[in-house]
Amino acid sequence: MTGSRSDIAIVDTGLSNLASVEAAFRRSGIETRRTIDPQVVRAADGVVLPGVGHFAEGMRRLRAADLVGAIRARIDADRPTLAICLGMQLLAEESDEAPGVAGIGVIPGRVRRLPPARIRPHLGWNLVRASSGSPEPRMLVEDGAAAFANGFALDAAPAGWATAWSDDHGPFVAAVERGRVLACQFHPEISGRWGGALLGAWIVMVRTEVPTCC
Amino acid sequence: MLLNRIIPCLDVRDGRVVKGVRFEGLRDVGDPATLAAGYAADGADEIVMLDVSATIESRSTMLETVAAVRAATDVPLTVGGGIRDVSDAAAALQAGADRVSVNSAAVQRPSLVDELADRFGSQCVVVAIDARRRETGRWETLIAAGRRTTGIDAVAWAIDATARGAGEILLTSHDRDGTGEGYDLDLVRAVAGSVRTPVIASGGARVAADLESAFHAGASAALLAGVLHDQITTIRDLRRALAALGRELRPC
Repeated sequence: MTGSRSDIAIVDTGLSNLASVEAAFRRSGIETRRTIDPQVVRAADGVVLPGVGHFAEGMRRLRAADLVGAIRARIDADRPTLAICLGMQLLAEESDEAPGVAGIGVIPGRVRRLPPARIRPHLGWNLVRASSGSPEPRMLVEDGAAAFANGFALDAAPAGWATAWSDDHGPFVAAVERGRVLACQFHPEISGRWGGALLGAWIVMVRTEVPTCC
Repeated sequence: MLLNRIIPCLDVRDGRVVKGVRFEGLRDVGDPATLAAGYAADGADEIVMLDVSATIESRSTMLETVAAVRAATDVPLTVGGGIRDVSDAAAALQAGADRVSVNSAAVQRPSLVDELADRFGSQCVVVAIDARRRETGRWETLIAAGRRTTGIDAVAWAIDATARGAGEILLTSHDRDGTGEGYDLDLVRAVAGSVRTPVIASGGARVAADLESAFHAGASAALLAGVLHDQITTIRDLRRALAALGRELRPC
């Protein structure tokens, strides 16, 4: 699907700063729609999985809406998907925040509590350093600064994913990318011009997608 | 490392930004969305918007203002003023806030902080504390926009609030607010030295050196209002001056 009528759906489990995400897309000229329908999550040109709050509550809500399989299916099929903050963490296998609760499991690894520091949570702006080419693939994420609000993050590069890093008393994963899937620990929707450019790059990818189904 | 933040504050009444000295003598300084967009374009790291309206009817006006400011700005937005329960907070977040700030209601009913943190997560909950210096060398918490004393020690309240799940403390010196005499650095030191969460210094800033002193005293962020609204200084100039002092800010 091409053109300005790309269908971008935002997963709405009632646990995110949805209005900020919508406003950011609107600034890029895109009207999104909210959904909790697994069929829409499977079929939309682009899907955004936002999320703030607790890992266990996030997974509970995805399971209650029968969305886990739909999200896993579109990521396995390399359909354009953007996961933000808790949304990214939910893609991992598990989290220190909720031991025993299984994540969606498409990103290998366990989300860890950030190392102790004088200031917690990790709230505010931090530098992001992206991998910029060989041997790793070039990323949509570029070097810059992003707005964060997290107490947990991946602390190891997941196999098969290009990785961008931040550091606060120890390195942690700021974003990962594989094919058309982008997962950000930070909030691109409120990360200034840099975040807007990243969303814009992701939108271009959604618009240029060649349908892979059928 | 987290970067220090510069945060313009919009005190909003009936859909307009207003400013006073020591919380009084409010006058109109402009349209919230226009000001917020200008500050964000200038390099503001975040916007704080506080409803200083006196009436219940103004609540819906405030939510419209939140939506307008959200649409116009691409940095984090904290909204406060009149948030008394989880549903007030949910309405502000649905309108486009990323975080909510509570003040008087949390002093009167501290479990509000627990409820908000349980529902939305600590990173979403800012506790604003208005503090006034006492002869004892301590600070007292004020409520009702600085009009009422409480007898509650401001540092003790900050510690309690973070234990209950506050993710950030917005610390305003009532003595310095609107005076341009610089932040109350002793107050910043006392609170930032007692809690693990970020502290936003507020009240009294005029020049870049005031912000640098606050960061040095332990503040994660520095809030300004009047000097920006009155164009005594700009975010751009403050950023340039802070960079010259060796302070690393976000590239933008």
